[in-house]
Amino acid sequence: MTPLTLAWQQFRLERKLFWRNPSAAFFSFVLPLALLLLVASVFGSDQQELETLIPGIAGMSVMATTFNAMAYNLTFLREQGILKRVRGTPVPLPSYFAGFLGNAVANAFVQVLLVVVLGNLLYDVTWPRDWAALLLFTAVGVVAFGALGIAFSHVIPNFDSTAAYVNAVFLPAIFISGVFYSSDSLPRVLDTVAEVLPLKHVIDGFSGAIVTGQGVVDNAAALAVVAGWGALGLLLAVRFFRWE
Amino acid sequence: MGEIAIEVDGLRKSYDGVEAVRGLSFGVERGEVFGLLGPNGAGKTTTVEILEGYRERSAGEVRVLGHDPQVRDRELQQRVGIVLQSCGFYPRLTVREAVEHMAKAYPRPRDPRETIDLVGLGEKADARSNKLSGGQRRRLDLALALVGDPELVFLDEPTTGFDPAARRAAWGVIDTLKDLGKTVLLTTHYLDEAQALADRVAIVKDGAMVAEGPPSDLGPSSAGYRVSYLAGGRRVEHQTDDPTDLLHRLTGDAIARGEPLEGLEVARPTLEDVYLELTESARCDVEQEPRQR
Repeated sequence: MTPLTLAWQQFRLERKLFWRNPSAAFFSFVLPLALLLLVASVFGSDQQELETLIPGIAGMSVMATTFNAMAYNLTFLREQGILKRVRGTPVPLPSYFAGFLGNAVANAFVQVLLVVVLGNLLYDVTWPRDWAALLLFTAVGVVAFGALGIAFSHVIPNFDSTAAYVNAVFLPAIFISGVFYSSDSLPRVLDTVAEVLPLKHVIDGFSGAIVTGQGVVDNAAALAVVAGWGALGLLLAVRFFRWE
Repeated sequence: MGEIAIEVDGLRKSYDGVEAVRGLSFGVERGEVFGLLGPNGAGKTTTVEILEGYRERSAGEVRVLGHDPQVRDRELQQRVGIVLQSCGFYPRLTVREAVEHMAKAYPRPRDPRETIDLVGLGEKADARSNKLSGGQRRRLDLALALVGDPELVFLDEPTTGFDPAARRAAWGVIDTLKDLGKTVLLTTHYLDEAQALADRVAIVKDGAMVAEGPPSDLGPSSAGYRVSYLAGGRRVEHQTDDPTDLLHRLTGDAIARGEPLEGLEVARPTLEDVYLELTESARCDVEQEPRQR
């Protein structure tokens, strides 16, 4: 089989494993949607609030399906010796990782689309005004958070402690990055932290693409911050990669 | 004789200044089952992982099927099957799915179904790997290593933690590999396992070879034969390099007294005796070293 076919086979295997893993499916798909429905039911009458929430949940979904999933999966694969086994087979490593990462990328895109569709159908949030910007911010966000998730897995000592490590980053990140409310109402210190981190900028990009119609050019600075994190993440992910 | 499958010459490996392997040399012929035998920490796994391409050597020459494993080229990996010491599977995949998926990585795989039967997992083909017992997981390891139809199979402590029945079953599978003409490099710290399976054995201690040869030839270096019998309810033992004369005398005396020679046993030292002798003396050498300096 060609390296491309092998990547496709690995991708299909990863899809199968994803759907057989209830907690992965829950954290990647069910939880963001449940939060969307719950929070929206509280602020349902405030259209401005909903227009903050939809891009926010979409951004949170990108992080959950890539950063969280990579950190969980790699720690597991490493601890179980599955990575080491793969390395001893003739599967080209780019094929393996393409299939493995492709699964997370697919989850992220599907989830962003689901949030956008639900936002329109249930809450009258407009259809995205700039689809290209939406897709580009999703793509760059996926690369950045995926790479950061891989890099982060290197500092997690064992699978048992993964939940603590991941949530220690994920929960503060979603609370200060304007997922549930506009980050303008945050204390200045927290807002500054959020400005440095990538999630707020992904959400700003989504907000522009979906609600206000600001495209890539308007949000070039945000895109640059996310891309910068992506470059740093890739560097750390590759430099410190551990097979076992 | 046959072609050489593995060549190791002056292999050295150190971690942070500590030498785990210090100058190992051995060769494995095609179609041979070769056993690396030694206590825990002897450097067996380090050696095998260098041959498998997982680790880079510090010094020495290594050839596996004509390749340098450190280069990790795909052509070599397609011809080698690896059973690691610590195994791991996708927990939510069945035996059949795991073996079928692995088969896709190889140019000329065995039939997955037949491979599963070969390792004795036929009845568990549709069980998820997290529902398998320890012995069954080890068989799945073996099936995953064999499905690519490799010429050379590495088995790192394939039966550690097995109960006796599971060990026997695993030995049967390894015998099958030999019948299929595979070359097998096996590490073990069980003497009986090396004795039962290996055509040749290298005994390793503290990263160095202390003996090498067919298990039967690793016999009497100093101990010779042991002749023992019961006299007055107590076992009397003699050691001799040539038991013929001694036996003639013992049996002659017994016939002269008109008594049976009860409990007569003539034994060559087992590999275990040799192993203990060799690894003991090796340890003494190490202990003496600091004093000489």
